[in-house]
Amino acid sequence: MGALVLSQGGTFEPPGVDSFFLPPIFGGVTKPIVLVVLSAVIVGAYFLIATRNLKLVPGKGQFAAEYLYDFSRNTIARDQIGAKDFQRFIPLIFGLFTFILVNNLFGIIPLIQFPTMAKIGFPIALFIMVYIVIHTVGFKRHGFLGYLKHVMFPPGVPKPVYILLSPIEFLQKFLFQPVALAIRVFAAMFAGHLILLVFALGGHYLLIEASALLKPVSIVSFAFAIILTFAEALIQVLQAYIFAVLTANFIGAALAEEH
Amino acid sequence: MKKHLVLAESEHNPILPAPTEIIVGFVAFALLLFVLHRYAVPRFEKLYKERSDRIEGGIARAEEAQAEAQRTLEQYKAQLAEARAEAARIRDDARAEGQQILDEMRSQAQEESDRIINQGQAQLAAQKAQVIAELRADLGRHAVDLAGKVVGESLEDEDRAQRTVDRFLDELESTSAPSTSTSS
Repeated sequence: MGALVLSQGGTFEPPGVDSFFLPPIFGGVTKPIVLVVLSAVIVGAYFLIATRNLKLVPGKGQFAAEYLYDFSRNTIARDQIGAKDFQRFIPLIFGLFTFILVNNLFGIIPLIQFPTMAKIGFPIALFIMVYIVIHTVGFKRHGFLGYLKHVMFPPGVPKPVYILLSPIEFLQKFLFQPVALAIRVFAAMFAGHLILLVFALGGHYLLIEASALLKPVSIVSFAFAIILTFAEALIQVLQAYIFAVLTANFIGAALAEEH
Repeated sequence: MKKHLVLAESEHNPILPAPTEIIVGFVAFALLLFVLHRYAVPRFEKLYKERSDRIEGGIARAEEAQAEAQRTLEQYKAQLAEARAEAARIRDDARAEGQQILDEMRSQAQEESDRIINQGQAQLAAQKAQVIAELRADLGRHAVDLAGKVVGESLEDEDRAQRTVDRFLDELESTSAPSTSTSS
C-alpha cells in the first residue's frame, strides 16, 4: 500500500471481477455477446470466402486458410480420433479451434481487447456442445450398457480394483474431464486478461496520479504489459489448440474399441 | 484488507454463467458449425481429393506413357528387324538376278560368236568353192584356147573340150596331190 500513500490524489482501484462485467451496450446486449457473434461471423465468412475458389496450387491467401484447416484436420482430428472415424468430426474440431482462437485473440487485438472466453458462459456453451457429441457417439458406437462398460470397466485391471476405479472413471468421463475442458480455457483467459489489466491500469495510474519521483516506474509497468501481451498471445493460441485436441481425444476415447 | 472487502462486496461472481451468454454462445457456435460443415469442409475435402487424384492420376499417366513408349520402341525394333530382313532378301535377290543376267549375257555372247564364226566359215567355204570353180573354168578355157592355137585345131565342140579339160585337171590333181604330200 506504499504506492497509495505516496500518491498525490485519487486512489488506485485494482482491476478485479468487476472489470469483466461491463455495462450493456444497449438493452441486454453486452460487449462479450457482440464479440462472440462477431467471431462466429468472422470465422464463417473468412472460410466461406477463402474456399470459394480453391486452386490445386494454392496462392498466399488460400495457403493460410488451408494451413488452418490442415492443422485442425490432420494434426488434431486425425491424430486424436484415428484415421477411421475422424472425417465426420472435422467440422467440429475445425470449428472449435478457429472459433476459440478468434475469441481468445480478441483479448489482445487493439480496441477490442476482451477475451470472450473469460466469460464462463461461452466455454460452457462449447462444453455443452462437446459433451453431447462425445457421449452420443459413445452410446451409438457401443450401445447404452456397452458404453457404460467401456467407460467404467477399462480392461487390464484386477477385478477388486473396479470397486474403486469404476466410480472414479464414471465421474472422470462424465463430469471432471468435460468440465475441466470448459474451466481451463475460462480460467486461462480470465487470469491472463486480469494480469494485463493490472499492468496496464497500474502503469496508467502511476503515470497520471503518482508523485513525480514514481512516474518513471510506469515505464516498467507498461513494458511488462507489452511483454505479457506477447505471452498472452501464445497462451491464447495454445488454449484454443488444447480445447480442440482434448475434444478430439475424448471423441477418440469414446469411439475406441476394446483392446 | 480493503481489496478483499471490495471483492466480497462485488455483486458479480465470475463462476456463475449468464444464461444469455450460454444461449448466444451456443447458437453462434452452432451456426458456425453449420456453415463449416455445409460449405467450408466439403470444399476443402473436394480440393484434397482433387489434389490426390491429380497426383495419382499423374503417376498413372506417367506409367501409361512409359508403357506406350515401350510398346512403340518394341514395334519400332520389330519394324527395323523386318526392314533389315527385307533389305537382305532384296540384296540376295538382286545378286542372284545379276548372276543370272550375267550368265544369260555370257551364253548369248557365246552363241553370237559361234554364229558369227560359223557364218564366216560357211561364207569362206562358199567363196573358196566359187573361186575354185571360176579358176577351173578360166584355166580350162585358156588351156584349151592355148592348146587349140598350138595344135591349130579348133576344138569347137564345147562338151568334148570340157571333158578333156576336166580329165586333164583330174589327172593334174591326182598327180600333184601325191607329189605335194611326198615333197613336204
